[in-house]
Amino acid sequence: MDIKHIPKKPLPAIYSWLGDRIFLTVIIVLGLSIILMTAGLALVTIVDGWEAIKEFGFIGFITGKVWDPGVNRTFGALPFLFGTAVTSVGSLALAFLPAVAIAVFISEYAAPWLGKMIDNMVNLIAAVPSVVIGIWGIFVFAPWMRETVYLPIYNWAIENNPSLLPILGNPIGYGMVSATIILALMIIPFITALTKDAIDQVPVEQREAAYALGATHWEVIRMAVIPYARGGILAGSILAFGRAIGETMAVAMLIGNKNTLPFSIFGPAATMPSVIINEFREAVNSLHLSSLMAIGLVLFIISLLVNLLAAYITKKLAIGGGKTA
Amino acid sequence: MRKKNSLCALGVVISIVISFALSACVRKGSESSEEKLNIIGAGASFPAPLITAMADEYRTLTDKRITVNYQSIGSGGGIRQFVEQTIMFGMSEAFLDDEVLALIEESTGGRAFNMPVTLADVVPTYNIPGVGKGVVFNSEVLTNLFLGKITNWDDPAIAELNPGINFRSMPVTIVHRSDGSGTTNIWTSYLSSVSQEWKTTVGSGTSVKWPLGVGGSGNEGVAGAVMNSPGAIGYNSLSYAILNDMPYGSVINSSGNIIEPSFEATTEAANIELPADTRVLFTNTPAAYGYPIAGFTWIMVHENLDKNNAIKSRSEAIEVVRFLVWAITQGQELSELLGYARLPQTAVEKNIAMIAEIKWEGEKIGQQVLDEFQLGRDNEIANGDTAVASVE
Repeated sequence: MDIKHIPKKPLPAIYSWLGDRIFLTVIIVLGLSIILMTAGLALVTIVDGWEAIKEFGFIGFITGKVWDPGVNRTFGALPFLFGTAVTSVGSLALAFLPAVAIAVFISEYAAPWLGKMIDNMVNLIAAVPSVVIGIWGIFVFAPWMRETVYLPIYNWAIENNPSLLPILGNPIGYGMVSATIILALMIIPFITALTKDAIDQVPVEQREAAYALGATHWEVIRMAVIPYARGGILAGSILAFGRAIGETMAVAMLIGNKNTLPFSIFGPAATMPSVIINEFREAVNSLHLSSLMAIGLVLFIISLLVNLLAAYITKKLAIGGGKTA
Repeated sequence: MRKKNSLCALGVVISIVISFALSACVRKGSESSEEKLNIIGAGASFPAPLITAMADEYRTLTDKRITVNYQSIGSGGGIRQFVEQTIMFGMSEAFLDDEVLALIEESTGGRAFNMPVTLADVVPTYNIPGVGKGVVFNSEVLTNLFLGKITNWDDPAIAELNPGINFRSMPVTIVHRSDGSGTTNIWTSYLSSVSQEWKTTVGSGTSVKWPLGVGGSGNEGVAGAVMNSPGAIGYNSLSYAILNDMPYGSVINSSGNIIEPSFEATTEAANIELPADTRVLFTNTPAAYGYPIAGFTWIMVHENLDKNNAIKSRSEAIEVVRFLVWAITQGQELSELLGYARLPQTAVEKNIAMIAEIKWEGEKIGQQVLDEFQLGRDNEIANGDTAVASVE
């Protein structure tokens, strides 16, 4: 006697008819609501930022160099665009190679126990709140950078090459370089996680074929693994880039918040999220508020473009997708 | 099996509903015959500790009947919410400008009153290795420092004011607020009133276009930046500098006296001829022994309280006015303990004159509450129940 196959009493038909439809409805509503919320977000930023865009023109606003909420009430977003561009590109450039190297080490070289431990540690960096990293930066990292890196270079420049001083700027410790390095630290986990997944998905046949051709371990990685995984690597990088663009707290605490161009290497700067978080609360004047919203809109558009670019590149570069050779 | 599950679920739901109903009944039963009231205010973060302490004290005084609920969302937020009538009173370190007053005149048919409730003072804090508290600054030196014209601490202008201190050559780093703040408003309005150049190039306000320097977020950000950078100078509120043991300087005021920042000097600064609506920045005060870098923190309240959508009834309006009167008189006792300077008599008088004009549907309830206080001054609010009965 097969005990496992005792048939259960069948459900009344209404359960399956109604249940499926309810489930479908709920799923569709949830999915659509995400799209609607994003559209709503875009709409609100456009509506609230409209006053500033009307006043300065969209191109005029983006290329405007002066952010003056005091006397002249003119607002231009160029300093912040510049600051965001430099810090995000800089942090990606700094973080890319170490992150990929960590991922390769975890998947290819490390013993399993070591690999797992490093993987968890790296994910832990992503779990640390941005504000905590900011505080560590203010009290530990920035003074250390000031003493060990900025001041020696600054003092060397004073003696040997004073013409460099305006480019170097005031070595107070809070500035673009400190913020870029901290940002690089914060985005490493994103690149590493996606790269590691991509590397793990490379089929064993590819590796064995490379070994069969007489390749060393490094050559196998270079010839067979990384090219196969490049879609994932790039997706990880661009995701990290998107994160770096929008990173607010740590950057606001470390970047020194100088809203006027020109920026210098060691001196303070500003990014789009940092100016929004600094000035939003107390912005009484409606043009000021509208300009901050317009900066939010620009940030939104940039993130959207970055994500679209990421999707396109991943599709093109992934093996088996797109029209690549 | 399913039947058991659904019965269980039903049971849980029923018990939740019953417990809610019971708790509502219980709460209603324990309430006193008088209604409890939440007075809702919002605005600047600077006076938030003082208002919170006042709210606590007032709650005890009224036998837990009146709870003042203050949200520190910033002066800008306070003004916005005040105009949109979502709060009963607002607080701001900047008085309402003519535009906003005209708006309120239009929408409520009455004025909006700016009533000073405490004083804010801003001191120059610095980090010069080997030099402690008490470096003397004057208006030219401060202006030139923040304009970038004085770039080193061994500048003769600074040495002239401080004959007893030997300044080593050290580059100056300016630290300012990166977020919009009433402290910045006071600092820049002082610089604007002593320097025409500052007024035309940088101006004053909660956020300005600083010619140079590093921005820190909040009092903490500036303090952190100053304390971590040798040769830095920034500005903080006096109580913050005292609490965090930071060296701060004295300033020479317009009468030529060296004023060491203190709560008394701040109160003294406001002890001048005030306009009737108190909308004045008394930085660079004419008072002989007043500290020159200080300002009011205002409570904003409508003249016609019935037109404020946040206030629902006459009794609510009366409670709001009662709290106001208490805050500017007995509530001031909490000031020094928390690190605030109390209002001078001139400001209190102007406030009383404004409160007397507060109306509910044309009736001058402000004057009634003031009479109550004048009469019941020894009894304190706790015995105000009799006053409630008589006013109602």
